[in-house]
Amino acid sequence: MSSSTKASRIGEELWKTRVDKVNAELVTLTYGTIVAQLCQDYDGNYQEVNKQLEKMGYNIGMRLIEDFLAKSNVGRCANFRETADMIAKVGFRIFLNIAPTVTNWTSDNNQFSLVFDENPLADFVELPDDGRAQDELWFSNILCGVLRGALEMVQMQIEAHFVSDVLRGDDTTEMRVSLVRYIEDEMPPEEE
Amino acid sequence: MSYYFTILSPTDVPLFNIAFGTSKSGGDGIARFRFPDTAQYMNQFIIHSSLDMVEEAQWMNGNMYLKHIDTYPPASAYISAFLTPSGARFLLLHQPPQLPSTAASASGTSGSILGGSFSASALGGGSSRASASSVAANPTSPQTEEAVRQFMGEVYENYVKTVMSPFYRQGMEIRSSVFRSRVTAAGRKWL
Repeated sequence: MSSSTKASRIGEELWKTRVDKVNAELVTLTYGTIVAQLCQDYDGNYQEVNKQLEKMGYNIGMRLIEDFLAKSNVGRCANFRETADMIAKVGFRIFLNIAPTVTNWTSDNNQFSLVFDENPLADFVELPDDGRAQDELWFSNILCGVLRGALEMVQMQIEAHFVSDVLRGDDTTEMRVSLVRYIEDEMPPEEE
Repeated sequence: MSYYFTILSPTDVPLFNIAFGTSKSGGDGIARFRFPDTAQYMNQFIIHSSLDMVEEAQWMNGNMYLKHIDTYPPASAYISAFLTPSGARFLLLHQPPQLPSTAASASGTSGSILGGSFSASALGGGSSRASASSVAANPTSPQTEEAVRQFMGEVYENYVKTVMSPFYRQGMEIRSSVFRSRVTAAGRKWL
């Protein structure tokens, strides 16, 4: 069985049995309000808003990984491909009940794309029509931060960013994830 | 039939408006009002003047769709209203195409106000004459009421989605092009 179908099965199973659910609109509206408020607070400086969202996500991810591992009880992934399937089919399933498609691997297996068919964070959303938001704001940028924070806690330094978003009028919503390096456990400095 | 649809906030601020024509019976979806293009504000006058009737009718029963509530005979404009629970009002003005036989008498009654407006509308009336015989041409028929109700329902659904957008603030003008195209689509489907 490929790791992808195995991961989807785990994800489905966990979603049915172990996950507390909340109303989707609660999540959507809360997140939407946060982004709208940030846009207001930073006075339409969308680069800064992206950065803040990423930072918030990073802090969420660092805690969320613990919850993820406790719930899913999965072991260490053998390689980055398996990690990608775990993220897409188990992680996203548990927390958002979606399963983005993993695709566009580079030949060195260090970079992939997550393509989101649906995105509960962005329901009802229409970006402000100020002529800049469409080009500058990554509405769901918090997800990039979540992945970075979560993977950092399991010894993977990654970089994640959105490359397209249906909110901007693109055909798909796609996030690019690249592995920077595995963080080696470092010995504490010798005490002499 | 020509339509003018507008959404007013609970405090009577216009949030959205659109004019369109019928797409039934071979209509091309283009509005042809009986006013010349320079007097399109007449639609707004007529529709806003029905607000008193809306306010009178809104507490009479619990329905959101208030049906046909007002008529402005000089321009044979009929107004249907729909209220959302939060107090926004959807108003639809519909005006049947000018029949050649009534054109003369109508211009006799209101020609003094509207001047030469009927030469323009007579052109429009000619091309949409086919729809005059259909049920939709009779603004008070049950079929029309039903079609307007369906239209209002669909617009309401899309209105809710639009105001749920986090970047929309209560009482703001609705500029969403998605919403506009959905209203147009609803108009094409039902009216």
